[in-house]
Order: sequence, then structure tokens, then C-alpha cells
Amino acid sequence: MFFLKYILRNLFRHKLRSVLTIVGVAVAVLAFGLLRTLVGLWYSGAEHASDTRLVTRNAISLVFPLPISYLDRIRGVPGVTSVSYGNWFGAYYKEQKNFFANYAIEPRGYLELYPELMLSPKEKNDFFLDRKGCIVGERLARTYGWKVGDLITLKGTIYPGQWEFVLRGVYHGKEKATEERILLFHWSYLNEAMRQTVPRRADQVGYFVVGVKKPELAPEVSLAIDSLFKNSLAETLTETEKAFHMSFVSMTEAIMVAIQIVSYMVIAIIMVVAANTMAMTARERIGEYATLKTLGFKGGHLGGLIFGESVLISLCGGLVGVAATFPAAHWIELELAQYFPYFSVSSETILLELAAALSVGVVSGIFPTWRGATIRIADGLKRIG
Amino acid sequence: MAEVSEPIVRIRNLSKAYRRGTQVIPVLTGINFDIARGEFVALMGPSGSGKSTLLNLIAGIDSADQGSIQIGDVEITRLGESELARWRAGSVGFIFQFYNLIPVLTAYENVELPLLLTHLSRRERHEHVEAVLNVVGLADRMDHYPSQLSGGQQQRVAIARAIVTDPEILVADEPTGDLDRVSAEEILLLMDRLVHEFGKTVIMVTHDPRAAEKAHLIRHLEKGELSVT
Repeated sequence: MFFLKYILRNLFRHKLRSVLTIVGVAVAVLAFGLLRTLVGLWYSGAEHASDTRLVTRNAISLVFPLPISYLDRIRGVPGVTSVSYGNWFGAYYKEQKNFFANYAIEPRGYLELYPELMLSPKEKNDFFLDRKGCIVGERLARTYGWKVGDLITLKGTIYPGQWEFVLRGVYHGKEKATEERILLFHWSYLNEAMRQTVPRRADQVGYFVVGVKKPELAPEVSLAIDSLFKNSLAETLTETEKAFHMSFVSMTEAIMVAIQIVSYMVIAIIMVVAANTMAMTARERIGEYATLKTLGFKGGHLGGLIFGESVLISLCGGLVGVAATFPAAHWIELELAQYFPYFSVSSETILLELAAALSVGVVSGIFPTWRGATIRIADGLKRIG
Repeated sequence: MAEVSEPIVRIRNLSKAYRRGTQVIPVLTGINFDIARGEFVALMGPSGSGKSTLLNLIAGIDSADQGSIQIGDVEITRLGESELARWRAGSVGFIFQFYNLIPVLTAYENVELPLLLTHLSRRERHEHVEAVLNVVGLADRMDHYPSQLSGGQQQRVAIARAIVTDPEILVADEPTGDLDRVSAEEILLLMDRLVHEFGKTVIMVTHDPRAAEKAHLIRHLEKGELSVT
């Protein structure tokens, strides 16, 4: 109890220094937490992918289409429960900066395969019945202030022109990780336009989404689908949805690794700064440590005092950093919604933040602790006066 | 005056040298001397004569190169670091020139420090601290921090800390060196009281002849060798 009191009083002996160190650790922990969250979110699409959904695309590249005629043949593969399809549409709203994901899909099968996109039965039905209809995620609707019944005009890039849609429903994500910044519309609407304007691009889909009875069947079904189209003009590559997402993520893997390295560097830098502060603190108090030793206190007592102070100061910074992470993440969610549709801090990130703060305290305390605990009394006493 | 009796400190053939790189600087050479129980001894000498080193050796906070120091029944030159720490905590009280109080602790807490290493209960510790603060006349200042006390008062707190475990020996390194004349006189009177009323053995290093006058015996150190006055 006495030692705790002593540590606490020492902590605020040089208020400015302690506060600056705590703020430094807090900022580092906050930065670490936000960077880790960013990295985590990057992979979250893959992590939340269904294991009973497969994606079939052109084996050469995703940019090459597949004929719609593959649909029935895929449906016939044993183990397949349902099949739907879609095209990446790549349009934007009014200005290029208003970009979000938009797909032309086959509505019934698609929504059946994606039960996490929750619509009321009426909205779903209205969407099915209106070929110019579209649905959007709640977050996207909120961003642009869209309401059911609104006319939405997108400017096409892959499919040039002005594309008009009537908003028939706003879906809610079943889970927080469900993407709510997507616009989905009828593939038949796109296909009809293609037939009239660019017939060679008609009856083509970007990918098929394939439902399987159970996850264990995924490899077998994937193999069966791809073997169906072996040596055809458009060979397929079927993979799990997770692998499909990961193929996107892997394109930016280097950036993610760089961000991870930066997050560790932030902690390493604050470790050095905190170690310097603690070393300075211990150096200033060498005379006191010598006095305590003179009175009969042992190296272990002094080590505990110095180490305790180092850990406590870092944990204070860590707790402030953790506390600041939530409002910071909320702010990012609100203000940078177009880049980070949801920015949720996981409990794992919080634990990592606290572990980082603890490691700062431990590492920065090692040298001063050793120095304080092993000081020769006669040498230490010479420092006084 | 307390009766001067058998030696409590026996120093035999004590030598100590410091090393600076490859250079060996002898500080104490073949010191032999006894201090009787209840005696007030002043160690004097010019700077660098080795008096503080001798005091540190007697107090067990530095180690000798050669020779023996027996305090009571304990041959302290044979003790390991841990045993020495335990021995110091119970057997020696320290009074420093610059008081060496812990600035973040109150007078009460500073005095209580050595008792934290004992098995005394909180209540017993309180009784001890209160008693010694009464002896030094600072019971009413127990909640003050060192920065709120004058130099003389700080030294009195340091003396209270030195005697709170009731050690037989008090070692004082220039206890009046940082004080004005009036405060120094008060401290010397207090130390004199500790010898005469409480039977403590005091070994004091000083440059101040007026301080040395209070001692029963003055020992001069010159170039590491001892002489008697």
C-alpha cells in the first residue's frame, strides 16, 4: 500500500513531464488502435464471407465476362442449391467523388443467397416487380438522403450513359460488418440496354454466385463447375467467397503490411521516448534510491518502485488512448464514411492497445529499474547536494 | 552523561582504496580504532582525507578492501548485501548533510520509512513515529512535506527517521553542514541529548570545530591515517 502511494506521488512529481508522457503514450496507442482497426476492416469482408457461397468468374481475370448460358449448367452440378449472377456496374452519382459499389444482379436468386441484406417483404416485392427498380444499403441512403420512391441517376463508366433507377427498398445489414453502401439493380435492365446499344456485351455476366448445401462440399462443387467449362472459350475459376474477397485484398497486401509496420513503429517510437523519460526520472532520483537502500530497502523494493511507475504511467496513457479510440472511430465513421463505411473497434484491438501500452511500460522500465536497483549506495549518495 | 563502556565498534587494520582506471588511490590505510558504547565521536580532517569513507564503512554502506569492522557482535565486513541491508535497517541510524528526506512523503511518512521493513503493525508504527517526532519537537509538523519545513526542521525529521528503529549507533555525515548557526546548534544539542538521554553511540563527520566540540572524542584523519585529539 505504501509503495503504491509512493509510486502515485512520484507519478505526479513532475506534472508536465508525466502528463506529456501519458499524452504521448495515449496518442501512440490511439494511432496503433486505429491503424489496427483499419487493417482488420480491410480483411473483414473476407472474414465475414459465407462459407456456403462460391463465386464463379472467368479464369483469366475478373474483367472478362462469362456467358449467361452457363447458368443452367452450374445449377445442375450436384451439391448446388441455388445460383445467381451479377455484373460490376462501376457507375457514380452526380460527381466522380460520389463513388460506391453498384451491381447489376438477378434479384430473386441474389437476395436468397444474401439473406444478410434485410428488406421488408413489401420492399422486396416492389423491387422484384420493377425492372428499373434498385435497392440500396441504409448507410448509402443516409449519405445521399435517398428515400424509397426517389429517382436516382447514375453516370456509367464501364457502361457509359445516364442510368435511371427508382429506389424500391433500403436494406439493413444483418450484422454490423454487412456492407451497407451498395446499390443493386436488375441485371435484365442492363442487359436489355446492352442488347440495344452494344449487342456483343449482352448476355454476359461478371460472375455467378453459387450456393452449396454445406461448406464441406465447396471444393468438390468448385472443381465440378470448373471442369464443366474446361477448354471452353471462357474457362471458369470457382472459389469460396472468402477466397474471392481475399484475391481483392491480396492486391493491396503490401499497403496493409506497410500500415501494420507503421502501427508497430509508432509503439516502438513511444517506447524509446518513454524509456528516455524513465531513465531521466531514475537518474534524478538516484540519491533517493541510495537513501532508501541506506535505510535497509533492497534492490527489489527500488526495482518495484521504478518499474511500477513506468508501467503505471504507460497504462494511464494506454487507458486514455483506449478511451479516445471509440470517439475517434465514431468520428471516422461519420466524417469519412465514404472511405470507411463502418469503423468498428474490436475487443481484440482494445486488448492489443492495452498490451502495447503495457509493453511500453515494461520495456521503458527495464533499464531504469536495473540502474536504480543496482546503484551502489556510496555512489548514489554522492549525487545529493 | 551516559557511562562510556565497552567498545561497540572495533576496527582492525582497515584499508580502502578507490580505482580510477588503472590508478589505485588509497583512501584509508591500516586503520585501527574502537568506539565505546554511548560515546560521541567526531571525525575531522581535510577534504579527501577519508573520513566520509570511514563513516560509510562503519555504517555498512561501502565495502572495505581489507580489515575488519565489528559492530557489537556482528562482523559486518563478512555480511552479504542482503544481510547487510537487514543489519543496517535495525542497527544504524543515518543523518546526512542534506537531510536526504523523500520530497513526496510527509515528515510522518519519511520517519515511518525504516519501520516499513519491520513486522510492526500500522498502529505500532504510528506510536513509534509519534514518539520520535515528539523527541525532536516536530509532532505538530508531521503532515508537512520537506519543502514546507526549514533546513533545521528537515534535519530534525531526518534525526527522527534515524532513531525510529532505536538503533545503537547513529552515523552523521556533516549534519550541520547545510544549516545556519542557530539551527546547527539546535541539531547538535539534539544529538547530544540522544547520547546522554537515550544512550546512543554517535559517530559524526564534520569540518566544523564548534560541532566537534560537542563530541567526547575527536579523531583526525589525514591522508588515510588516524590520530587522536
